[in-house]
Amino acid sequence: MTLDRFLDYFQTFIPAAWMTLRITFFGILFGVLLGIIFALFRISKYKFLTWPAKLYIGVIRGTPLLLQLMLIYFGLVNIVMIDRIPSAIIALGIHNGAYIAEIFRGAIQSIDRGQKEAGISLGMTGFQVMKRIILPQAFKRAIPPLSNQFIIALKDSSLASAVGVKELLLHSRQLASSNYLMMEMLSIAAIYYLVMTSILTFFSNRIEKKLRVSDHRA
Amino acid sequence: MPLKTAAIIKKQGDEMIEIRSLSKSYGKLKVLKGIDLDVAPSEVVVIIGASGSGKSTLLRCINFLEKAQKGTITIEGKTVTHKSKNLHLIRKEVGMVFQHFNLFPHMTVMNNVIEGLIQVKKMSREEALELGRAMLEKVGMSDKADVYPAMISGGQKQRVAIARALAMNPKIMLFDEPTSALDPELVGEVLHVMKDLAVEGMTMVVVTHEMGFAREVADRVIYMDEGQIVEQGTPEEVFDNPQNERTQAFLSHII
Ligand SMILES: Nc1ncnc2c1ncn2[C@@H]1O[C@H](COP(=O)(O)OP(=O)(O)O)[C@@H](O)[C@H]1O
Ligand SMILES: [Mg+2]
Repeated sequence: MTLDRFLDYFQTFIPAAWMTLRITFFGILFGVLLGIIFALFRISKYKFLTWPAKLYIGVIRGTPLLLQLMLIYFGLVNIVMIDRIPSAIIALGIHNGAYIAEIFRGAIQSIDRGQKEAGISLGMTGFQVMKRIILPQAFKRAIPPLSNQFIIALKDSSLASAVGVKELLLHSRQLASSNYLMMEMLSIAAIYYLVMTSILTFFSNRIEKKLRVSDHRA
Repeated sequence: MPLKTAAIIKKQGDEMIEIRSLSKSYGKLKVLKGIDLDVAPSEVVVIIGASGSGKSTLLRCINFLEKAQKGTITIEGKTVTHKSKNLHLIRKEVGMVFQHFNLFPHMTVMNNVIEGLIQVKKMSREEALELGRAMLEKVGMSDKADVYPAMISGGQKQRVAIARALAMNPKIMLFDEPTSALDPELVGEVLHVMKDLAVEGMTMVVVTHEMGFAREVADRVIYMDEGQIVEQGTPEEVFDNPQNERTQAFLSHII
């Protein structure tokens, strides 16, 4: 394959890469939202909140994303019709939400008990302590595992090809089926993934370095 | 004994803290076994005792960080229990200083001090800053107002923690081994701030191993052993002429 032809093919991937980014971004957004809510449920002292949180986290982490995606797109047709792209976003969101809930829970529980006690001693309410003292510190601590989860979500978005979302993987396979250049087309998709994950890794490393400075006992 | 003169001008009146038959256990472990303790306004009570004797638990019960199973705690004539309404508002009358400072690492020194003023006392930021500056001045930390806790020494952290508690204008200050986590050369600056507070007439309950401080500042020394008050009296009585065998054994170890 000449360089010219390679570049021609390379260019045709741009809309597919954009689709990958979009479903990943909205999937993560939804996942972070679910993650925060279910992390707070999970650490709550009320059983009627911890129980659904445990169930959600357990079921989602115990079953494959591909199955979850198919269930939403194909399995629900008799109840609700959800289009390909929203299905992919919902599946990515629900799936990552379970992992992100555990990340937030771990971060919240890693904050020294003395922080809560100091806030309580000042006369703050439990809600104020959570909002002003615990969560800001927990978010900081959650950034490294969160960025790791984002990278996983980006790669997992390739599963959306199974329900016909025209993202990087599906695009490369469709091209290959007409030009018989499977190796080349998959390699181009790989380059796109690598560039995107490298950018994410670069920023997460920088943030992590910055955060380490202020992470002393106070 | 220059500081002792402060005791003479201390107000007469009702007790600031009244504790009656306070008992607390963790599972089967009995940590407090029927504590009775009165603290008068402006009194400085120092609690000594071996590790694990329940000193921290007692302080934490007074601040309702721990829930006692039995007994009552009365603060300024109001009996408070864990079921009391607005427990968080009662807590603001009682300042607490911890062994490990527990400053908020994501806030500057000044924001640590004014957090309670803004969140609990609902002060405006300007008002809070003014009071915050006065508090930092009092503990000699004005020049560090805008730095983060990670950037200052342990002694400075503890002085900021004291300023944070004082900003709430508490009626009682509780100190749980405030100098135990400090390098020896930093202990003095914290004790100095505490002495000033005592002279000003703050009601204080202090758990400490600093016998010099206890001798100089305490109106009363309490020796605790296995969840009970075994002996109490003036510093002279307890340190120089302890009556109880266990007090004697403890003091011979520590001095
Ligand atoms: N949260 C807790 N759970 C179980 N046991 C505890 C807890 N806190 C303290 N204890 C136990 O209670 C006893 C008294 O502890 P503490 O009040 O901290 O003693 P001191 O401050 O005098 O060293 C110790 O035996 C300690 O292990
Ligand atoms: Mg202790």
